[in-house]
Amino acid sequence: MANAVRTQLDVEGAGAPPRRNGELVFQEPWEGRAFGLAVALGENGLYPWEEFRSRLIAAIAEADRLAGPACSPGAQEKSEYYVRWLAALRRLLVERGILHPDEIERRMQEFAAGERDIVNPGA
Amino acid sequence: MQAEKPGDHDHAGHSHDAGHHHGGEHHHAGDPSREQLLAAALESLLVQKGLLSSDTIDRIVEMYENDIGPIIGARVVARAWSDPAYKQRLLSDSASALAELDIHMDNLVVVENTPTVHNMVVCTLCSCYPWAVLGLPPTWYKDSAYRSRAVIEPRAVLREFGVELDDAVGIKVWDSSAEQRYLVLPERPAGTEGMSEEELAALVSRDAMIGVATVAPPVRAR
Repeated sequence: MANAVRTQLDVEGAGAPPRRNGELVFQEPWEGRAFGLAVALGENGLYPWEEFRSRLIAAIAEADRLAGPACSPGAQEKSEYYVRWLAALRRLLVERGILHPDEIERRMQEFAAGERDIVNPGA
Repeated sequence: MQAEKPGDHDHAGHSHDAGHHHGGEHHHAGDPSREQLLAAALESLLVQKGLLSSDTIDRIVEMYENDIGPIIGARVVARAWSDPAYKQRLLSDSASALAELDIHMDNLVVVENTPTVHNMVVCTLCSCYPWAVLGLPPTWYKDSAYRSRAVIEPRAVLREFGVELDDAVGIKVWDSSAEQRYLVLPERPAGTEGMSEEELAALVSRDAMIGVATVAPPVRAR
């Protein structure tokens, strides 16, 4: 049963996830995982959603600055959206002391080397 | 919800706190991208630490991909139907009435359908939508045909949605904006006397709260 408490995703503005016909779209499976991770941790009470959201908006703003003049919302920036999302999540987890950068790096190398199953990372 | 409050904008350059030591060459197609590795690493570590389960992630992704649904708005409607004083508060000061139900939204105007007035909501310019109470907007809501025709010929549009209104019923079309969102309070159907709020909420559809449907009486009236 859906609970009344829902993560307040932005629908418009810099922090809003890409949608097609109103529905969230993930271009690659990892984008969906990254989305679900951040929302699940927020709903589990690991952080207030605003803590994630502010970092997401900052990450997007930083990427926009690096990319030069802002263009209309759409194409280019949206494909990078979940890259920023993931960066914001990583930063939040590290800043909150939930994960250590070294263990993240080590775990990534284990996946890269095929020592772990990237298809089912939670197993 | 649209207040932008960047918490920190002092990161002038890249500030990855851990160096990543790739050999410098690009990944071949088929190799996992850095993002793929990072997403997998985070999920793996967080599951291992017991902070979440992969099932939870599956559930959330599925739920949000498939429209989280208008259950929150339906609860508001059911409360208003059940409690006349609440309805008055909702119509006159929606922000505090919503706050009573732990919904935080200060730009919602609730418009009430009556035997003589039918309300319907559109966003002619884009797709402003009371997301906090209705979930994700339906496809047709963002459609240019709906956005233009709802204003020009609302009665015809309603008929296409299966709502036949008597000519005596006036139609009010509300154009949403970033500053102001609308929620239609549909008429409570006959045959619902004595139903609990939960039962009532189950009758209320998203479309009824956008104003392109009415709420049908329960199949098995009590």
